[in-house]
Amino acid sequence: MSKITSLSDLKKKRDEIKSGLEIREMATDPENHVQVKVAMATCGIAAGAKVIMDFFVEQLDRRNIDGVVTQTGCMGYCYAEPTIEVKLPGHDSVVFGGVDLKKADEIIEKYIKTGELVDGIIPVNYETIDSKE
Amino acid sequence: MDQIKLTIDGKAVEVPKGTTIYKAAKTLGIDIPILCYMDLKGLNIENKPGGCRICVVEVEGRRNLASSCSTDVSEGMVVKTSTIRVLNARRTVMELILSDHPKDCLTCAKSGKCDLQDMAIKLGIRNIPGQEFAEMSTYRLDTSPSIIREMDKCIMCRRCETMCNDFQTVGALSAVNRGFMSVVAPAFEMNLEHSPCTYCGQCVAVCPTGALTEVDHTRNVIAALSDPTKTVIVQTAPAVRAALGEEFGLEPGTLVTGKMVTALRTLGFDYVFDTDFAADLTIMEEGSELLGRLGKFLAGDKDVKLPILTSCCPAWVNFFEHNFPDMKDIPSTARSPQQMFGSIAKTYFADKIGVKREDLIVVSIMPCLAKKYECQRDEFSVDGNPDVDFSISTRELGFLIKQANIQFNGLPDEDFDKPMGESTGAAVIFGTTGGVIEAATRTAFELHTGKSLSNVDFKELRGLEGIRHATIDFGGFPLKIGIAHGLGNARKLLEDIKAGRSEFHAIEIMACPGGCIGGGGQPLHHGDSTILKARAKAIYAEDTSKTLRKSHENPYIIKLYEEFLGKPLSEKAHHLLHTHYFDKSKNTFSI
Amino acid sequence: MSKYSMHLLVCGGTGCRASASDAIVENLKTELEAKGLSDTVQVIMTGCFGFCEKGPIVKVSPDNTFYVQVKPEDARKIVEEHVIKGRKVRELLYVDPKANEVIEDSKHMGFYKKQIRIALRNCGFINPEILDEYISRDGYLALGKALTEMTPEEVIKEIKASGLRGRGGAGFPTGLKWELSRQSQSDKKYVVCNADEGDPGAFMDRSILEGDPHSVLEAMAICGYCIGADTGLVYIRAEYPLAIQRLKVAISQAREYGLLGKDIFGTGFNFDIELKYGAGAFVCGEETALIHSMEGHRGEPTLKPPFPSVSGYLGKPTNVNNVETFANIPVILLKGSAWFSSIGTEKSKGTKVFALAGKINNVGLIEVPMGTTLREVIFEIGGGIKNGRKFKAVQTGGPSGGCLTEKHLDLPIDYESLVANGSMMGSGGMIVLDEDDCMVSIAKYFLDFTVEESCGKCSPCRIGNKRLYELLDKICKGNGVADDLTRLKNLGLVIKDTSLCGLGQSSPNPVLSTLENFMVEYTEHVHDKKCRAGECKALMTYSILEEHCVGCTACARACPVGAITGERKQLHVINPAICIKCGACLEKCKFDAVIVQ
Repeated sequence: MSKITSLSDLKKKRDEIKSGLEIREMATDPENHVQVKVAMATCGIAAGAKVIMDFFVEQLDRRNIDGVVTQTGCMGYCYAEPTIEVKLPGHDSVVFGGVDLKKADEIIEKYIKTGELVDGIIPVNYETIDSKE
Repeated sequence: MDQIKLTIDGKAVEVPKGTTIYKAAKTLGIDIPILCYMDLKGLNIENKPGGCRICVVEVEGRRNLASSCSTDVSEGMVVKTSTIRVLNARRTVMELILSDHPKDCLTCAKSGKCDLQDMAIKLGIRNIPGQEFAEMSTYRLDTSPSIIREMDKCIMCRRCETMCNDFQTVGALSAVNRGFMSVVAPAFEMNLEHSPCTYCGQCVAVCPTGALTEVDHTRNVIAALSDPTKTVIVQTAPAVRAALGEEFGLEPGTLVTGKMVTALRTLGFDYVFDTDFAADLTIMEEGSELLGRLGKFLAGDKDVKLPILTSCCPAWVNFFEHNFPDMKDIPSTARSPQQMFGSIAKTYFADKIGVKREDLIVVSIMPCLAKKYECQRDEFSVDGNPDVDFSISTRELGFLIKQANIQFNGLPDEDFDKPMGESTGAAVIFGTTGGVIEAATRTAFELHTGKSLSNVDFKELRGLEGIRHATIDFGGFPLKIGIAHGLGNARKLLEDIKAGRSEFHAIEIMACPGGCIGGGGQPLHHGDSTILKARAKAIYAEDTSKTLRKSHENPYIIKLYEEFLGKPLSEKAHHLLHTHYFDKSKNTFSI
Repeated sequence: MSKYSMHLLVCGGTGCRASASDAIVENLKTELEAKGLSDTVQVIMTGCFGFCEKGPIVKVSPDNTFYVQVKPEDARKIVEEHVIKGRKVRELLYVDPKANEVIEDSKHMGFYKKQIRIALRNCGFINPEILDEYISRDGYLALGKALTEMTPEEVIKEIKASGLRGRGGAGFPTGLKWELSRQSQSDKKYVVCNADEGDPGAFMDRSILEGDPHSVLEAMAICGYCIGADTGLVYIRAEYPLAIQRLKVAISQAREYGLLGKDIFGTGFNFDIELKYGAGAFVCGEETALIHSMEGHRGEPTLKPPFPSVSGYLGKPTNVNNVETFANIPVILLKGSAWFSSIGTEKSKGTKVFALAGKINNVGLIEVPMGTTLREVIFEIGGGIKNGRKFKAVQTGGPSGGCLTEKHLDLPIDYESLVANGSMMGSGGMIVLDEDDCMVSIAKYFLDFTVEESCGKCSPCRIGNKRLYELLDKICKGNGVADDLTRLKNLGLVIKDTSLCGLGQSSPNPVLSTLENFMVEYTEHVHDKKCRAGECKALMTYSILEEHCVGCTACARACPVGAITGERKQLHVINPAICIKCGACLEKCKFDAVIVQ
């Protein structure tokens, strides 16, 4: 471990390691962050959801987007796996189906960054317990 | 110094900053009742734990009552010392203390001299509510050779602890346990015998109740006196005559040597002798030892043990045996006067009067409680028969005289018996701090230089300072002398010797404040240095009144050497008058 | 640092560890390993979450799922269901007892809703054994700011402006204390952290030290900077092994980073911290007794003045603050005194941590703004009284606090209001009592504690508390007389008025406040020889109702002393002279025939 010998050292150190705890920080107020839920039931995983999930975790961080990537169970759109649900702060959730790496990249660049919708939206026809207040 | 203005019971008063409410009230003549508080001004010892809470007073603007003994005054303070709130609190607290105190006042050793009893009278306590449901805290009775601890009677004033730890640095007593079972005791509630206690008795001297008392040997003395087959002789230590009068209401410092002798004779002692005789003998032996070591030192012997330390104080002997066992070859090997007396009495004197050793009972009257232990040491007995059979304190002698219905103050003066009642002024001053070394200097000077002293008063060795030092011109050689009284002061000198910082050639050490005049067996002086000074003055007065003031001029001592001992430090003298010391550091319980 | 997509936070407080939270961590790790998820899911052992009633707790981030009463064998389910399939394990979720609804995350739990966590901000959030986690939460930033951007006077001014007061009980203004310590001239000064938490049932300081030790270390260094001390001492009881271990780890990590030691932040400021262990005497929470104990002497209080800020440890100026007080300091410096003083009441600023205990649904550790009412604490955060019983009283301030009643429920909690109503803040213990609690017995219970824990130095506390206890015992045993009530009151007042230290000055509070608020229960005990709560055995009589007894003999067979007689199918009778009131008959009777009066 290297010594911290000045205040700027400390701040640098903090900024370096801050992301490690971001998940926990964001958990305290998820509504202010981009939330990405990846359907990771057996069907989703079989369709490559794990790869998509890893991609989101890595790329949100790399592209400096405050986002929470969580996994969720089967959303019921088995025909469109891998499926992901994206919720932007202040917006309703949007579900995207048939997400591959290319699509995932597009979702980040267009929908998450600019709010512009991209192809592959599945109309949401259910309510989660989470969304009930 | 900053002055503080305040009002106590409506009266304005101005006192220096740092004064307590109690002392400020005193300047107004308001005597706030105190119990645990103790101020030994002469010794710079103040016991103010603020524990008993009897001295509480009301301070305007304060939420609760303040203990006046330990609360400093502050500017503009308004104090009320006897409001209903204060009186109720004081009485309730006193009832509480008494509810946990045995009610055997009639037979208590402290009855009549008990601070707690006095306070109960003062506060007008007539009953203790709810006593029938009140549990008492009880403890094991602890009897040692000198001191009895009956801690059921302890009121946690902590005075004994202050003496034992702060003044004497012995550390035998401290508070143990928590809450209701808190009590002052040796570590792990062991017996005093298994503690580093020196039996100096200063704890007994300050105990306000009957919790700490001396082992009473007056019954043994009465039994011996009433046994027709026994010859009972008595020796009286020098400090006793300067304080015994106080037991009979006389002013401190009243010399009662003659009355004491008459009283002892009236009690039925066959011979009334003086420990001073043995003190002269001690000087002969110890002085010779000093000269011997000094001679070797001056001859260039690097291994000689200097300084030489006096060894007449038994509490001091116990102290170094416990605390400085690695230095036990430094003190003089001379026995204390009490033991020299016993040893000569049961040999030389017994032969003279044709009484068998077993039929001669030697009683000593001592200002000291450690003497009780000393005379019970194995090395001071022959075939189980002790050289000194019983040692009783000045206070016990007072009880004996009162029991025998002797009107002490009206007694005529009588003289000690011969031969062991004859003494010089040098022996008398053994009773006060600096006296032993002054007596030794008088003799050693003359023996060393061959010259006669024109003035025997070495005033530079006198006083009540805890540690004193003086340089005496010993015929061109500057003899450096140190004096300490109080074991805390002794410890400092010993630490210096151990660290090689000591320049002294001879050191006198006495365990008690002021030396034997402030001993643990004396009438209670409550640390009042004026009492100690008065006693010291009486001792020096007796010295001045004597024709002979140098030990080696005592004709009976000269005769004793001629007829019996040969010369100082002879083989016989070694056998009868010298001793050796033990490492007691391991006797005490430790973890 | 590898990037994890999910964190499993497992409570590592003493309570949850006692319920095998270590094993939960182990099992979770094993399961994740087996599923190849070790790189994506991180398991962290944190400090206390406070919701001890339902421990051990496992919290999942980022979705904030709050699992309660987790057993080691539940680890597989959590990994297989929640981690892999994204389905919450419903049987481990918290069920709101009132609405009987499953609550999925901590944000929606009544227990957490009203809380504001300042002192406990990192407890249950970070791994207390990893300094980086503390740093990423702005740890040591306050120290850096103080050392490089502020003078000691400015820091003290900020603390004074915040209105922070000592959380150990007395509520002395912290900034003022620091100022007094700063003003004392000396070559050496000490900062002491009082971690001698002695109230029975109180564990806020322990939880802070276990969950966020660095916040205390950082604050001590800030204090050292302010008063001119280079040495800090934490006086902690040896009964807190986990807190001690976390502190040791924290101190050595801070030293490695150079955040403790010489020339901190290159400013030339030196500060280091040592631990001093106490043997768990209650009185050693009193600062002068604490200092004597640290010096190796008997843990006994001495009269103040002199205050420790003038003459403390080894006779040097010493600033003593409690753990919770220190834990507030870094936040105040970072967020500002204005922010801090906006929380709380006029004279009591910020928050206070309380240990909720007794007959309450949500036993645990909570932190609420000063001024929160007792009702909010007990009924909203605490979830109300257990088993639907009726609320009777709440004891605040530990064993020397007082009992507050129904009529005090809307009292906003702060230092002054509690004292004005015969109780006190203390270190933050809160014991809730219901109708089954006998108030005389409660007072006796607390006295029993103070009798044991008095240091024995002053007579009113040493003997007086014992006598109070004996009087209460006498009353509970049915031997009380009218005069005893007068004596209880007088004795209590005198002990308060005359005792040497805070222990004795407050130990009669339980008696005095119950006398004040529940006099009727006392008089029932004394005059009617009745205990309405049914707690005082000596006042109970067991009898059998003729109309209910069928003569089944079950009670007679159960009676251990043969006090019940009666033929089969005949009425049974209890002989009160033999009956020991053990209640065995009551338990056995299927016909409600045994009654207690």
